[in-house]
Amino acid sequence: MCECQKNKVDLMLLEPTLAEYAAVKGSLITILQHTQEIYGYIPTDAVYHIAERTGETPAKIMGVATFYSQFRFTAVGKYLILLCKGTACYVNGADRIAEAILDELGIRDGETTEDGLFSLSLVSCLGCCSLAPVMMINEKTYGSLTPDKVRQILRDLRKEAQQA
Amino acid sequence: MNARIVVGQGSCGLAAGAADVYSALAQLLDASAPATLGITGCIGLCYLEPIVDVYDAQGALHRCVRVKPEDAQRIVDAVRTQDYSLLGALLIEKEDEEFLTKQTRIALRHCGVIDPESIEDYIAHDGYQALEKVLKTMTPEQVIEEIKVSGLAGRGGAGFPTWFKWNAARSSAGEEKYLICNADEGDPGAFMDRAVLESDPHNLIEGMLIAAYAMGAQEAVVYVRAEYPLAIVRLTAAIDAAREHGYLGDHILGTDFSCSIRIKAGAGAFVCGEETALIESLEGSRGMPRLKPPFPAESGYWQKPSNINNVETFANVSWILLNGGTAFAAMGTENSKGTKVFAVTGKVRRGGLVEIPMGKTLRDVIFDIAGGIRDGREFKAVQLGGPSGGCVPAALLDTVIDYKNLSATGAIMGSGGMVVMDDTTCMVGIAKFFLEFTTKESCGKCVHCRIGTKRLSEILERIVSGNGREGDVELLEELCSSVKDGALCGLGQTAPNPILTTIRYFRNEYDAHIREKKCPAGQCKPLLTYAIDAEKCIGCGACARKCPVGAISGELKKPHSVDSEKCIRCGSCQSACRFGAVQVD
Repeated sequence: MCECQKNKVDLMLLEPTLAEYAAVKGSLITILQHTQEIYGYIPTDAVYHIAERTGETPAKIMGVATFYSQFRFTAVGKYLILLCKGTACYVNGADRIAEAILDELGIRDGETTEDGLFSLSLVSCLGCCSLAPVMMINEKTYGSLTPDKVRQILRDLRKEAQQA
Repeated sequence: MNARIVVGQGSCGLAAGAADVYSALAQLLDASAPATLGITGCIGLCYLEPIVDVYDAQGALHRCVRVKPEDAQRIVDAVRTQDYSLLGALLIEKEDEEFLTKQTRIALRHCGVIDPESIEDYIAHDGYQALEKVLKTMTPEQVIEEIKVSGLAGRGGAGFPTWFKWNAARSSAGEEKYLICNADEGDPGAFMDRAVLESDPHNLIEGMLIAAYAMGAQEAVVYVRAEYPLAIVRLTAAIDAAREHGYLGDHILGTDFSCSIRIKAGAGAFVCGEETALIESLEGSRGMPRLKPPFPAESGYWQKPSNINNVETFANVSWILLNGGTAFAAMGTENSKGTKVFAVTGKVRRGGLVEIPMGKTLRDVIFDIAGGIRDGREFKAVQLGGPSGGCVPAALLDTVIDYKNLSATGAIMGSGGMVVMDDTTCMVGIAKFFLEFTTKESCGKCVHCRIGTKRLSEILERIVSGNGREGDVELLEELCSSVKDGALCGLGQTAPNPILTTIRYFRNEYDAHIREKKCPAGQCKPLLTYAIDAEKCIGCGACARKCPVGAISGELKKPHSVDSEKCIRCGSCQSACRFGAVQVD
């Protein structure tokens, strides 16, 4: 398969979302959120497709998508680690947790491991400040982290993925 | 009456393992069990999660804390035998109980008490009574008057009188008006809005409906941050339930008043806490603030008159209408009425949500309620108001909490984040932390904010990495004043506050970094030197084995030494040494 084919996504998956929101004004962010839910990121093809159906320019759509930290433009791993870098987490040593993740997985903010298993994204505040430092992996929150605890969680997930 | 077992399932509780505790209990409780099992939201005692509340047949509460799944059997046994002494060490201690009993809860009055997924439970706790009273016996003007009497001010940070905003939107011309709830709780370190959304969503809905009636809106939107998935789930369910019970939709409670509420999930942008940026985002655009005037009350969402209030503001409304504005105004100080919720976190012994009447002191909250600093360390500063706020030092701990007094310190009330720091927190480092945050979150519209915050971050970066220059502090001050003056919205206007307050109260730390190339808190890595105390070192070699760069050498059983040229200051040696021989200066 050639490279261009590999990057193609099935645009039909967007149909239900576009049918519901394409004509509703002010829905661009909602459409992008659905897009990311479907594909795991915002594929370029989808941007052009949304542009065609909503009548917005691709530039406007990219402008909006790049403004908000929620949107990604490359595929993410099976496990998406959201590491909180809020104030309480910072004061309680979130930097050491980031270092432990770098050490264990070799990834920094915005990167994905080569095996496609883990991605790391630093986020502002998860609102669980009393359990700082905190991270969320696929909507499950882990609190009161230490470098060793993080290593163990990541190793357990890796094992879980290998067994599946 | 059957006993009830209630598991706290706010985000904090779930993160601490409440879901596993719940399923362990569910497995043990069959249909013949002498107790029902339920959930509640955030009790606010985050540091004791998971929490299980056991109400006995007489309705008395036995609160169990830090519960693990394996404790489920003990809880069920206690309920079966009605011998609650079996709970033993699981029971909350007296001083932890005082964390709650010393508070005055209005906005949080149902949090951790009712089941957030049950509208019946909310109704059983006086829910929707205020709405009924308002719709059936009061005019919109009377509602606004009651809020005026209460003295309620915006709890999102600005502290603007709530009645004034409602009245302005009501007086604006046009039939189509919008009510918006700002649930984009972006201040790192603040989570009271999340608690209300997750634990008492109907209270928010009721407050919003009363506001919509007062200002004349038929449509309301809640803008919730995407990082709060559980809040979105619970609020969605609550909106559906309210609609089914006739509290939302057309002809609410059989009156002429109709109103719908929908949720819009934010997509991650701190600037969207600013009301005009939030409106831009609601309209599906980049969240960049608009020039004011026109104010949203005149021309907001889709250019229609709009009113925006914060979650905590709405959470007070039904209480005020039920108990009267005078009762609310009886609490607080001359210029700030009622209560305020603070999210107390950082280096305190007891972290969580604290709601107190205005007029208490910072010391009351941090020491009396939150138990002071943990690990026997010393209080250094408390950061109030998130990235727009400032750091207040120990000398000002007796500051009385109200809008005016907190602003006088250089910090702000803000949304109520209170991050407590001890002597191991570097104050230049914390200023840099916030400036990196605002630099990243600046929308880029104003030059002063976009480039000013970047330059400020760079100067702070060079100070903490040991390259600070004489005159840098003055340069920071000058640039801070330009950014404050030149920015359009609150983000830029307040972004310099963390720098200005740390310079004002901790100038010595800046000087130590710049002149002596030292970090008094021992946090800024490039300024640290690691050395081994020859008297304490027994030559076990544990540190040398851990050192990732081979900077430690020495013969076995003889004192080792660190080559500071090679040392990358990772601290591995210090954590490896069991004899406290590794010294950091």
